[in-house]
Amino acid sequence: MPVPRGAVATPQVVEPPIGPRVRIEPRDGAAGPRDRIAEPHHRFAPPPPGDPPLTAVDATTALPTADASARRRVILASVEAVLVPIAAVAVAVGLFSVFLVALGKSPQTFFELLWRGGFGTAFSWQNTLTRTAPLIFTALAVALPARLGLMIIGGEGALVIGGFAAAVVALPFLGVAPAWVILPVMFVAAALAGATWIGFVGALRHARAVNETISSLLMFYIAVAILNFFVEGALRSPADPNKPSTTPIGSENMIGVIPGLEVHWGLAFGVVLAIAAHVLMTRTTFGFAARVTGGNVRAARAQGLPVGRLMIAACALAGAAAGIAGFFEVAAILGKANASLVAGYGFTGILVSFLARHNPIAIPPVAVLFGGLAAAGGLIQRRMGLPDATVQVLQGLIFLTILLSETVYGRIPFLKPEGRR
Amino acid sequence: MSDALTTVAVAMFAGAVRVSTPFLFVSLGEALTEKSGRINLGLEGTLVFGAMSAYAVSYLSGSPWTGVLAAGLAGSVFGMAHGFFCRLPKVSDIAIGIALMLFGTGLAFFFGKGFIQPTAPRLQAIDFGFLTSDPQLKVALQINPLFFIGLALAVVLWWALANTRFGLIVRMTGDSAATAKAMGVSVDLVRFVATTIGGFLAGVGGAFLSLYYPGSWNEGLSSGQGLMAVALVIFSRWNPLMCVAAALLFGAAGALGPALQSVGISQGYHFFNAAPHILTLAILIASSSSKRSLKGAPGELSITK
Repeated sequence: MPVPRGAVATPQVVEPPIGPRVRIEPRDGAAGPRDRIAEPHHRFAPPPPGDPPLTAVDATTALPTADASARRRVILASVEAVLVPIAAVAVAVGLFSVFLVALGKSPQTFFELLWRGGFGTAFSWQNTLTRTAPLIFTALAVALPARLGLMIIGGEGALVIGGFAAAVVALPFLGVAPAWVILPVMFVAAALAGATWIGFVGALRHARAVNETISSLLMFYIAVAILNFFVEGALRSPADPNKPSTTPIGSENMIGVIPGLEVHWGLAFGVVLAIAAHVLMTRTTFGFAARVTGGNVRAARAQGLPVGRLMIAACALAGAAAGIAGFFEVAAILGKANASLVAGYGFTGILVSFLARHNPIAIPPVAVLFGGLAAAGGLIQRRMGLPDATVQVLQGLIFLTILLSETVYGRIPFLKPEGRR
Repeated sequence: MSDALTTVAVAMFAGAVRVSTPFLFVSLGEALTEKSGRINLGLEGTLVFGAMSAYAVSYLSGSPWTGVLAAGLAGSVFGMAHGFFCRLPKVSDIAIGIALMLFGTGLAFFFGKGFIQPTAPRLQAIDFGFLTSDPQLKVALQINPLFFIGLALAVVLWWALANTRFGLIVRMTGDSAATAKAMGVSVDLVRFVATTIGGFLAGVGGAFLSLYYPGSWNEGLSSGQGLMAVALVIFSRWNPLMCVAAALLFGAAGALGPALQSVGISQGYHFFNAAPHILTLAILIASSSSKRSLKGAPGELSITK
């Protein structure tokens, strides 16, 4: 481009031949288009009643106030986005405490054990972070399609198929090829299998308008049937007489741990993937198109966006993420594929994604929270004589309060921007 | 060979009647809910919680029919919760359904832990065995009264939706909330009532699972049957009479695995057990379309919009 880059960024004031002065908004800077697209209602909302009409304002004096007001709104929106989920979780914890008291159990003991089992010691941190890794992937599998308005709840199925594919594809290489060949092959197989699995759900939605929530959950049951069929049949290893499993990939081919953290590399990869997903959704054409589609499908179609292809692509990416969760479960934890793959990470991932409001960057910290909850489950069960489903009850309550908290956004008096009270 | 075929056929007929009942109840409840313009995906959780509460109450009270009633009431509480939550602005009925599905199953497993061991009094079947001398058919003709209640309910619901003031209001609310409002009908109240009744029926469906077939309470009792019933409603085009036919079809598919096992075919039984899921998916693919709107679909329904 012959035009120097700086020229584009400077605010331009043009003098129309007739009529009042018109303000042309700057194309970059704090209140640039990028920020306003992330919060569409700011851009398309009518001007607040307090502001003078746009055309009558001199550009040089109007700009700083517009900037400050926009910044204020962004800050308030961020505060709201953090405060509301925290309050929702607090309400759920309160309700759960009432539930425990009603059953004659001490909430204090429960949360002390939760702390000790999930975050109290180095060992419990290790346990928590090991469970965090698959949750990051399965939550991403919910978050990416959710940005397009698709509600995929069958991530568990893609995890199972991914883990199974990884274990199977490794079989001919065992004892022949080194780990640095086997592991990438397993990784690719798992990601492809997961991508195909959920991509199919997206394709059904596009081509036949089959509801993706229902079809993805049905596919989960089919995935479990496929796993059990092969693991208990043709691919069953004679090495393990107690639990039907595929042939172990062997300790020499397993993924190691992050030095100093003693947690497998899936955690680090999950964080990287979450950041990559954030960049994808906020900084690329694909992400922009996906968010437009999620905001209003008809508008997206009218704009000529390839809605169908976007849906299938987002679903395939989601499936790949869940499949990678399966890969790490096989390559770093189990060493083989068996029924232990069906551990419920896919379903907890739904909750993680909702709590993170489908924001990829918020997923890893939220996943740590639920990883801790899962890690402490056993301790709570043993010490308090509570059923293993106790954690599930708490998760269900949090899920409900989080969904209900959607209704208070934009309605909290002290978080409303000026002029919109 | 033909003997084995007959056995499988009879077992599938018996299964169609036996396995279809929970599908029937859940799908009738869901048909009513969806006709009012909302979808409740939480019926899977309602079904499981209904199964647990029916078994527990039947065990504690000694009366299985009290258990059925308890399951229905528990189910209507879940329905009420869904109906109440979804009237709040910006709260999605699909997401609340998913949350209630997870919460309902969690709560059922929590309270049901103590009831896995004991044996509760079960529902008795009505024996139509006198109609035949064939021993296999005699077994197949033991039919639970809930099946007949379900059939009657389907006819009543079909008639009521088409011919009563209540039915008209439900259908109007489901087709156009704006029209309902203009007519002075409280949209939220209609949907609340429809979801509550839907929850009641799903709870009763769960009672059938734990009190008749398979007839015990455990955590693997329902493998997505509540959700399949939701898909079945779409396939039935929101027509209660079609729900009966679809439920029988799904019952037969569900009976395929056990029927084949009974004649010694166990190869691939995982797939036969997944037959209802595969069938549901196939039916959804075959009966949906992105080109035209589905006949009988309520205009306000989020999944068909």
